[in-house]
Amino acid sequence: MGALLSFIGVLVLVLVAVIGAKANMQFILGVAVPYAAAATFVIGLVMRVMKWASSPVPFRIPTTCGQQKTLPWIKHDWVENPTTIWGVLARMFFEVFLFRSLFRNTKTELHEGPKLVYGSAKWLWFFGLVFHWSFLVIAIRHLRFFSEQVPGLIQLLESLDNFLQIGAPGLYLTDLALISAVTVLFLRRVVLPNIKYISLPADYFPLFLIGGIAVSGVLMRYFTKVHIVGVKQFTMSLVSLSPKLPQSEIGAIFWVHLLLVSALFAYFPFSKLVHMAGVFMSPTRNLASTGRIKRHINPWNYPVKIHTYEEYENDFRDKMKAAGLPVEKE
Amino acid sequence: MNDKGKIMAGLIIFIGIFTFPFYSNLGKASAVPEPLLNTPVIKQMPVKQCVETKEYMRANHMQMLNEWRDMLLRDGIKTYKSMSNGKEYVISLQNTCLNCHSNKKDFCDTCHKYLAVHPYCWDCHFGPKEAGV
Repeated sequence: MGALLSFIGVLVLVLVAVIGAKANMQFILGVAVPYAAAATFVIGLVMRVMKWASSPVPFRIPTTCGQQKTLPWIKHDWVENPTTIWGVLARMFFEVFLFRSLFRNTKTELHEGPKLVYGSAKWLWFFGLVFHWSFLVIAIRHLRFFSEQVPGLIQLLESLDNFLQIGAPGLYLTDLALISAVTVLFLRRVVLPNIKYISLPADYFPLFLIGGIAVSGVLMRYFTKVHIVGVKQFTMSLVSLSPKLPQSEIGAIFWVHLLLVSALFAYFPFSKLVHMAGVFMSPTRNLASTGRIKRHINPWNYPVKIHTYEEYENDFRDKMKAAGLPVEKE
Repeated sequence: MNDKGKIMAGLIIFIGIFTFPFYSNLGKASAVPEPLLNTPVIKQMPVKQCVETKEYMRANHMQMLNEWRDMLLRDGIKTYKSMSNGKEYVISLQNTCLNCHSNKKDFCDTCHKYLAVHPYCWDCHFGPKEAGV
């Protein structure tokens, strides 16, 4: 149900773009919507992160799959349970670039007996990694449409992506990788009954949206073709803040691609996709385990009003003496 | 206590990366590529017509060159029948394509440079002899 709903959602976006391009609504599709989406993306993400940033930092979490620094003869795991900034940086590096947490993913199965069996499950980590990395490479590669002199690094990346030189225009390996990975991630949600049970439209929609973006991009590059020089003139006019709509026909598929990308940008800050920013703020990853090395004061401690024994005696000295109680000061 | 300072630094880096295409292009007028069709051979043509229509060639020339290579080298087919004007053309990059488009620098390279495309035609083929190349 959630999958169908999300699929229809993406389909509606595609239809809106096709009809809009036919009905001469290029200004809305090409200028108003992309600018609004980019602004929503940046402002929305910054506001969401600032909201997170205003919450107090929790106490250091020492139970993070690695031996905490303790007695000298117990081997300390400096990456998984770091006490220094360098250890934290290493742990964040493994998390952000290699999805270390997902690498620890396990599966739980109930066998006959009944016997409960745990095992390693790396395939989600693998396809997740393929998905994110190819998406990143594709995003960086697109900078060739947004820079006059395409930086050498981007050209190098592109030539690596195209290094098998299959066909012309050359087949990008990341195009294949992204589409296969997004397919696997979708199948995971519909094939595995336990994952299907917990999947919501908010899980399916980004998958369909990103799948739609990839398919429309692949169609545009390898099959239906667009007037690519016209496209770059248009994208360059967008980023130089003097938008000029293409004068000649550039192909409806471009407007589909652009609207889907705009939808992704606009949807980003309000969805699960903000894990892009959230991963940097995971307290089990970015806090050095210095719970015992340094003193961490509870941020919402208020000054406690105390009444010392000395003050107590001052208050009641006469009465205490009268009652024959010993006092410290006469 | 919270880590607002560190998080702000991260956000500034994020904004810097995301807006890179905007500030790196600010105030730069983009030069539009104009492939030139003024070679001697084209000038002498009564009807200025490529193998296929202009729109088809613009979108599909790379695919056509690839197919021509396979047709000639792998299947031994030596001529190509045009879909738009029915004429037969000899399959040859150097003797057919580059006969008319003898100005690689002002024709091929203009758009390829603009879009940072590096076709590997010239890994094997000689480019046309051009003044100053």
